[in-house]
Amino acid sequence: MVIIETHSLTKTFGKIQAVRGIDLNIEKGEIFGLLGPNGAGKTTTIGMLCTIVRPTSGQGLIAGFDIAKHPTQVRRQIGIVFQDPTLDTILTGRENLQLHARLYGIPSSVRNLWIAEMLELVDLRERADDLTKTYSGGMKRRLELARGLLHRPAVLFLDEPTLGLDPQTRARTWEYIRKMAQKEETTVVLTTHYMEEAEAMCNRIGIIDAGRIIALDTPENMINTMGGDIVAIATPEPPLDKIRSLPYVSQVKKAGDTIEITMKSAHLHLAELLSLIPAVISVEMRKPTLSDVFIKLTGRDIQVDAIENGESWVDSVARYRQRGK
Amino acid sequence: MNSDFIQRELLGISAIWWREFKVFWREKSRIVSSFVQPMMWLFLFGSGIGASISVGDVNYRDYIYPGILTMSVIFGSVFFGLYIIWDRKLDVLKAVLVAPVTRISIFFGKVIGGCTDVLLQVLILFAFSFLFPSVNPWGIPLALLILFITSIALVSLGLALGSLLESLEGFQVISTFLIFPLFFLSGALFPVDDKLPVWLHGLMKLNPLSYTVDGVRGALLGIHTYPFYVDIGIITLFAAIMLVLGSFLFSRMK
Repeated sequence: MVIIETHSLTKTFGKIQAVRGIDLNIEKGEIFGLLGPNGAGKTTTIGMLCTIVRPTSGQGLIAGFDIAKHPTQVRRQIGIVFQDPTLDTILTGRENLQLHARLYGIPSSVRNLWIAEMLELVDLRERADDLTKTYSGGMKRRLELARGLLHRPAVLFLDEPTLGLDPQTRARTWEYIRKMAQKEETTVVLTTHYMEEAEAMCNRIGIIDAGRIIALDTPENMINTMGGDIVAIATPEPPLDKIRSLPYVSQVKKAGDTIEITMKSAHLHLAELLSLIPAVISVEMRKPTLSDVFIKLTGRDIQVDAIENGESWVDSVARYRQRGK
Repeated sequence: MNSDFIQRELLGISAIWWREFKVFWREKSRIVSSFVQPMMWLFLFGSGIGASISVGDVNYRDYIYPGILTMSVIFGSVFFGLYIIWDRKLDVLKAVLVAPVTRISIFFGKVIGGCTDVLLQVLILFAFSFLFPSVNPWGIPLALLILFITSIALVSLGLALGSLLESLEGFQVISTFLIFPLFFLSGALFPVDDKLPVWLHGLMKLNPLSYTVDGVRGALLGIHTYPFYVDIGIITLFAAIMLVLGSFLFSRMK
């Protein structure tokens, strides 16, 4: 069953075309990753799906409700976890969930039961009655996940759910996300700068660049399109033409003293390849990752992007909206 | 507009109200200072001036009691509304604003929440009204009604300004150029009459809060310039305008 559906979804801010017609179908229960360099439009796309940004044209449906015509119904169907903590720090964990439950119209008969279940699920039962300003970063994140799922949304949007957390907390957070997604059959749409995590977590990935979806597939299939293994050779004078003419080589890139060769079955052909190069300083062979796919498709390294411009899509949306006025 | 929609919106309004009440109750120091400051005005300022002057038959300290009640409402209400600047900075509002509740309901929840806080502070001050011999306790319900309507107007005004301002720097400006003039020009500390310079008298007649002070003073001390229906009519109109303006600006807030 398709839970999110968009047809030529478009957003322009003045003269800037942020999103240029996106067609997406996301199935119920999927964990879908939306990746893209900063400014690519993932920000705006998710903003439109969350009804924070109004589409210029095109259509988007979540659980059958039109995002432009019935934003309130859409909002009931979705949960959002923002990148920066948005907890009410003067309230306790439980009170934060109570506030949310009322705002989302959860009937009083089941309110406390659902809250207790969620607190259990994210292992916060014992700290539930402490003010959230006393929580650690990981605990805050867990409470926000619980809050995002409390009203049992069909779709949960996660904006960089693990940014700023230490590696161990990151791994645990993903565990919770997976557990919760399974329990309620919730569809998860997330953005992340951690490619390894996207590769491990997502059933499918959409790569967005310059306002268009330029690739949409499972992480495995995307990696397979890279055409084999990657061999990085440090050498002062590489015979680039000779290497390129080899039948099993699909791509050659030169960066400084290093050439990066994408080739099929490197374990069989490596000896022959090396015999062509006069002075080899070092050789490194590896399987391609989603990161390589990303660089190949967008020409940019997402991790570098994240460091240079660490802003969340919500902030960018806010900025765009201001500019749009 | 079906009943499910209305029910959800009402639940949303009550959610915000509930939150504001929790926060108010938790910040005990705010409650204490909201009580201590007016008391200082009444006893340190009022007793001092009152030693040498009185207004009509009434002791000066008693005379400014309605004015100081109004002052509590002015400061409490406007600052409550302006506090959303801080909420937005801390992203507390972000999660609320994406909930399936209209902005107008969130605005109303805030207004009711702010009025509740302010009226609780006023009730504490009323509990000490026996310290002011000229105050007629039977006038308290009417005074409370007038202060309630005023609080609606001023919380809305605070929220309207808070929706427009991006940073806390504007806070000081509003305090200096809006709140203090509103207070000084309300007749809280001296009578609004012909003895005043013409310009000052004119400005005070334009200040809607003069009618609050007039009404509250009428209810508690029996001293007033206008009939109650004029006072209540003017501040109700003021509240209605502020509610419309506030909900409009709050809905547009990014």
